[in-house]
Amino acid sequence: MTTFSDPMRPELHRVQRRRKDTHDTFSLELEASHGVETPWSFAAGQFNMLYVFGVGEVPISISGDPTQPQTLVHTTRAVGPVTKAIQALKPGDTLGVRGPFGTSWPVDACAGQDVVLVAGGIGLAPLRPVIYQLLAQRELYGNIVLLYGTRTPADILYRRQLAQWRARFDMSVDITVDRATDTWRGNVGVVTKLIPNAPFDPLDTVAMICGPEVMMRFTVAALLKRDLAADQMFVSMERNMKCAIGFCGHCQFGPSFICKDGPVMRYDQVVPWFGIREF
Amino acid sequence: MHEQMVVESNDFQHLIDALRQRGYQVVGPTVRDGAIVYETIDSVDDLPVGWTDEQDGGCYQLSKRDDTALFGYAVGPHSWKKFLHPPKLRLWQAQRQDHGSHFQFLDDVQDIPKYAFLGVRSCELHAMAIQDQVFINGPHTDATYASRRQAGLTIAVNCGQAGGTCFCVSMQTGPKATLGFDLALTEILEADRHVFVVEIGTELGAELIRDVPHRVARAEDLRMAEQLVAQTATQMGRSLDTTGIKELLYQNIEHPRWDEVATRCLSCANCTMVCPTCFCTTVEDVTDLTGFQAERWRQWDSCFTQDFSYLHGGSVRTSTRSRYRHWLTHKLATWIDQFGTSGCVGCGRCVTWCPVGIDITEEVRAIRAQEAPNDNA
Amino acid sequence: MTTLEPILAQHPFFQDMDPDHRRLMAGCASNVRFAASADLFREGETADQFYLIRHGRVALQVFVPGQGRITIDTLQAGDVLGWSWLFPPYLWHFDAQALELTRALAFDGECLRAKCDEDHDLGYTLMQRFARIMMQRLHATRLQLLDVYGIRA
Repeated sequence: MTTFSDPMRPELHRVQRRRKDTHDTFSLELEASHGVETPWSFAAGQFNMLYVFGVGEVPISISGDPTQPQTLVHTTRAVGPVTKAIQALKPGDTLGVRGPFGTSWPVDACAGQDVVLVAGGIGLAPLRPVIYQLLAQRELYGNIVLLYGTRTPADILYRRQLAQWRARFDMSVDITVDRATDTWRGNVGVVTKLIPNAPFDPLDTVAMICGPEVMMRFTVAALLKRDLAADQMFVSMERNMKCAIGFCGHCQFGPSFICKDGPVMRYDQVVPWFGIREF
Repeated sequence: MHEQMVVESNDFQHLIDALRQRGYQVVGPTVRDGAIVYETIDSVDDLPVGWTDEQDGGCYQLSKRDDTALFGYAVGPHSWKKFLHPPKLRLWQAQRQDHGSHFQFLDDVQDIPKYAFLGVRSCELHAMAIQDQVFINGPHTDATYASRRQAGLTIAVNCGQAGGTCFCVSMQTGPKATLGFDLALTEILEADRHVFVVEIGTELGAELIRDVPHRVARAEDLRMAEQLVAQTATQMGRSLDTTGIKELLYQNIEHPRWDEVATRCLSCANCTMVCPTCFCTTVEDVTDLTGFQAERWRQWDSCFTQDFSYLHGGSVRTSTRSRYRHWLTHKLATWIDQFGTSGCVGCGRCVTWCPVGIDITEEVRAIRAQEAPNDNA
Repeated sequence: MTTLEPILAQHPFFQDMDPDHRRLMAGCASNVRFAASADLFREGETADQFYLIRHGRVALQVFVPGQGRITIDTLQAGDVLGWSWLFPPYLWHFDAQALELTRALAFDGECLRAKCDEDHDLGYTLMQRFARIMMQRLHATRLQLLDVYGIRA
């Protein structure tokens, strides 16, 4: 029996747990179903294509722990028909998964250096695997700094974990929101405001930036002002994606296919194209 | 290295028969709806005998020749990608058992068609090689494309005349067929004879020709064939200077020409449909009315559509300007970084089939002529 | 401590300032402290000072009927707060509330305005510094306005 287009055919997985993160964002934990024994293996920054029977398929970042492959966690916002259908799934339901696809954050290459993670909004989800990985071998890295900006305090993701990370003595966590009510005692303002005082050494730092493209743009500008070079910064690019295997052509960004040359890209490689409008 | 052969035009049907005897579905040019298109044929009479085409920007017309040439025309709106990279393809079927969410994939055995392409031009051979790079030689393989390519047989035809919008010479993809064929034919039509010089490209071709009445080609046959092709090379309707074209386009992303062409481009996507190398597709997940059966389909798509670059509530490329720029820059520049060659084979289809006659060679010329000294992103 | 000048000298705002001007300004300055939740000023009140924050965090707020005090910016150690003292009618446009124990230097606006009128070089120096701060705040505010994390329809 010949089956065609295998990389286009999802594998079946069962929903283990669904967790509500904020009013419009949720996390889904999956396990392999039908006796598939091989633990899932992915690298921080990669994504899967998730398929809901009869509804459709979307790319979703893997937000779980790469060192714990038994469970596969995704975090996403429920904004369209597919993500809303995913949100409606219950434990025990079946989901189709293709992946993992894409390039990953250069965690191993950061050994010996300071690591600055700048996350905006849902951009914290694809960076969370990096945090897990860094903390699993904390002694390998210099300062670890997480700067996280989001819309309002109600939109803060992974609150409990943020508090845990913040409570550590060997990690710096700074959070800001675009606006807040007076019950919020933390920072208000754009996430770049946190950069001038962030505790990292520009001579020996890798920065990983993830969030809406405009946020990444002004974050890069602020990091350049702190003397980071273009090859010390990594961004996570996003484009329309249909096949995730480099055939449909939708995810092109200049000469790169985001599904295979990205989503994680080193900034100096992206520089010629990054600021071009409607590119 | 095989000797070249000569087949009489009267014996041409034997070639088609030999192909069909070997189980091939013969696909070749034929006249339909006022154009020369590629379809399944079974007889020499299905070929556009005695027809030629007149092509220019936004114009295509057939007219009668005063002879009975079988291949006396250039390329039409179809390309062989129609068969290798089908416009619609079902990727899989799935079924839900009950009202729960659990479902299963069904076995979806699809026959691999065994195509014999008859009348493939040199530019088209290059186009297929270019698509091989996309679909076979990357990190993933497109099984449909690969299996059809492997099962297929290619009979090329060296162009005896250039089309009005042809520029294969500029793109170094013709007019002489030099790669990827099992047989390559050059039609010689003179007052007293009508023959085909046959160059054998593979063992498969050699084996095939044995079932067709033939003789060994003589020196004057070979000379005539060469002359014809050489003459075609001088007749190109268009030309495109490819010197430093990648850098040229990379450095002129905000060139005013993009605004100019955008006033003409209708974003109709014709160019992408007729282009033999354009490969973009979309994926569609559908169910039947019961909701228990689902299918995933792949179909041709075009970067000129409004939603091609849709992301988070809007498209990245909302303007026609940005979409035209994307298409041309991809075809002639970023394609080189992606796949190692140009994406364009100089077949001229995009020029002919553009309703407003936008000419890719003219656009490049205009950008080159008015190159901004420091216009990089 | 007899004079605040050494403290001023440490503050980023006063970097590269002529020592004479610094001394002039020290003369208009006083050390102030705000407990957590205390207001530094309220919208509509007379703006006759500006603050250099030395420690703590201050929220800049707007009262929105039905929503209460909405924080639109927070300032901390090293930041300058307040420029309504520069231009008539010298009234505060926002509320400022200490989110935690905050220590700052408060500068007498009326006193400084008079000194700037006398010494235009001092005036120029101050205007330059405030203009730069305003530009930075404006940039940041505009980016906040984009609401980049919001969902597009």
